[in-house]
Amino acid sequence: MAVQSSAVNILNARDFRSNTLFRLMLRRILKQRSAILGGTILVFLILVAIFAEFLAPYDPEDSLIGKEDIKKRTGPCIHILGCPADQPQHLMGVDGNVRDVFSRVIFGTRVSLFVGFSTIGVAIIIGTFLGAISGYFGGWTDGIVMRVMDVLLAFPSLLLSIAIVNVLGRGLENALLAIAIVSIPTYARVVRASVLSTKETDYVSASRSLGASHFHILFQRILPNSITPLIVQGTLGIASAILSAAALSFIGLGAQPPTPEWGTMLGSERNQVFTAPHLVFFPGIAIMVTVLAFNLLGDGLRDALDPRLAQVNE
Amino acid sequence: MIQFTIRRLLMAIPVVFGILVVTFGLVRMIPGDPCRAMLGEKATQEVCDRFTKEHGLDKSIPVQFALYMGKILKGDFGNSIRFSRPVMIILVERLPMTLELGSLALILSIIVGIPAGIISAVKRNSIVDVVVMIGANMGVSMPVYWLGLMLAYVFALWLKGTPFWLPPSGRLTAGLTAVPFYTVWGWDLPVDSIRFHVAELISNLFLFNSIITQNWAVFKDALTHLILPSVALSTIPTAIIARMTRSSMLDVLRQDYIRTARAKGLMERWVILKHALRNAMLPIATIIGLELGILFGGAVLTETIFSLAGVGRMLFEAITARDFPIVQAFTVVIAVAYVLVNLLVDISYVFIDPRIRLD
Repeated sequence: MAVQSSAVNILNARDFRSNTLFRLMLRRILKQRSAILGGTILVFLILVAIFAEFLAPYDPEDSLIGKEDIKKRTGPCIHILGCPADQPQHLMGVDGNVRDVFSRVIFGTRVSLFVGFSTIGVAIIIGTFLGAISGYFGGWTDGIVMRVMDVLLAFPSLLLSIAIVNVLGRGLENALLAIAIVSIPTYARVVRASVLSTKETDYVSASRSLGASHFHILFQRILPNSITPLIVQGTLGIASAILSAAALSFIGLGAQPPTPEWGTMLGSERNQVFTAPHLVFFPGIAIMVTVLAFNLLGDGLRDALDPRLAQVNE
Repeated sequence: MIQFTIRRLLMAIPVVFGILVVTFGLVRMIPGDPCRAMLGEKATQEVCDRFTKEHGLDKSIPVQFALYMGKILKGDFGNSIRFSRPVMIILVERLPMTLELGSLALILSIIVGIPAGIISAVKRNSIVDVVVMIGANMGVSMPVYWLGLMLAYVFALWLKGTPFWLPPSGRLTAGLTAVPFYTVWGWDLPVDSIRFHVAELISNLFLFNSIITQNWAVFKDALTHLILPSVALSTIPTAIIARMTRSSMLDVLRQDYIRTARAKGLMERWVILKHALRNAMLPIATIIGLELGILFGGAVLTETIFSLAGVGRMLFEAITARDFPIVQAFTVVIAVAYVLVNLLVDISYVFIDPRIRLD
């Protein structure tokens, strides 16, 4: 009975501890104006992505030829801003295939958020693994892994992504994979640095002397220290992943038409910039706002969670 | 310093070698037959066999790599598969465009980014600081190609007929030619000699060539053509430099020696520029060195938007067309440029902070 109650006490204490730590972190984050602004925009974008079907007035991939009396690349028509009521309303106009641009921009949020989270998710998993074994085991493992990372970092990332997509074949999935591969070195370095700084600490030595396995020491004792820099780096990484994916789609290597992806939308209509600027303007603004949200959030998180990084990188 | 430079150059060899291996491997992993990519799907087997043999593609990959390395060491980059011309000549034609674009963008980002960061740090939390930081955050979030298109729309279409009009594409207005300096000066250079290639490379730097030949009409025209692309390309580096300058300056302005300088009665401008900025320059110099990758990546997009025949666009086209020799040669040039610029940055540390001893 006594053993049981002390176990309950320990559990409660643990709950209490993580709760206060969480609250402390949250309080610090909420003090950062940029984090609040970025977070708010991000929540808005996530809601737009989730409820895209309800928000978009038209099917993003469906042409309106034969359904509405409207010419291709017609500019925005907003009734409350004076557009005649007998004309169909298109908040951002229609594109070269007579599709509603507003609906495509709305659905594009889904694609871009998916791109950001999935690429950086993959890059963090692989990067963490490589960085962890590199920092923990050192020696030739470290030498080989880090030299490969150096070579990857020496390439301009967009050019390397272009080359990888050409190897794998055009398309959004392969573009995502290419961006993930190119992003790996950043996370490998972050984790390696963190592992190197903690592996000689007393509590790790204590764990080792108790006979804990390498796996246990690495994943239970050392890696939790890397979570903060990974969250910060990951948030900023999502911003650049979205930019890179849009760039690849812009030059025709990423998402293929008719997928409503902002970079593809920009790329396929870029020659119309002088005659139908709305086709270029709106997708670009959408990319910028999304990337800005992650950048602001990342900056705010860094200032809140990692004051040392903030001093170096701000 | 010389010892340090030599050591750094030696240390760069494995990285450049790694880049060569990765590039060589990657371009050969691109699925599809280079022959059919070049000559079309209807090329007969016989034609393709001859093509493959001509370009040495029938040999095993390790043999191809060894032959390739041997040639590179002799400065021979081979012939382009697509254009059937020496890669060296294509490089001489294309590199100057990107050099001019990249240098102008880098200069712009330094002369805008550093003062913006300084003002932002000195006037911390003021309206100027907020505006600069919002601008910097938007700058790093903006797609280069979108900004390029928007700039082209505003300056080439909206402002048409005003003195602010700027051309949206190309390097020179049709009808204008940049006469090479060696022709103006009456030099007789044997074609295909190294001197000729070097002279060609220099004369293809239109801005530089027009200055030394005092052809101001071409200089003005080439410069106006470069303004929009370089502004678009410089946005992200400018924003990054401004942010880095601000945080580095904020760090330095807190130091005791700044208080001492002020207590001595030095003029505030002197305190900021001489005492604070110089000490804040180290991280700024580092970040400027790292911008090169962004500039080269951005050059692919900027050159596409503004129809400029530079290295970035050529490399992108060559990757897509499986033109192995061009991809390899251009990547080597970019990698070497990257290594050299970062070496220069390291050397600049000594001038910025005399306490640093490179050896």
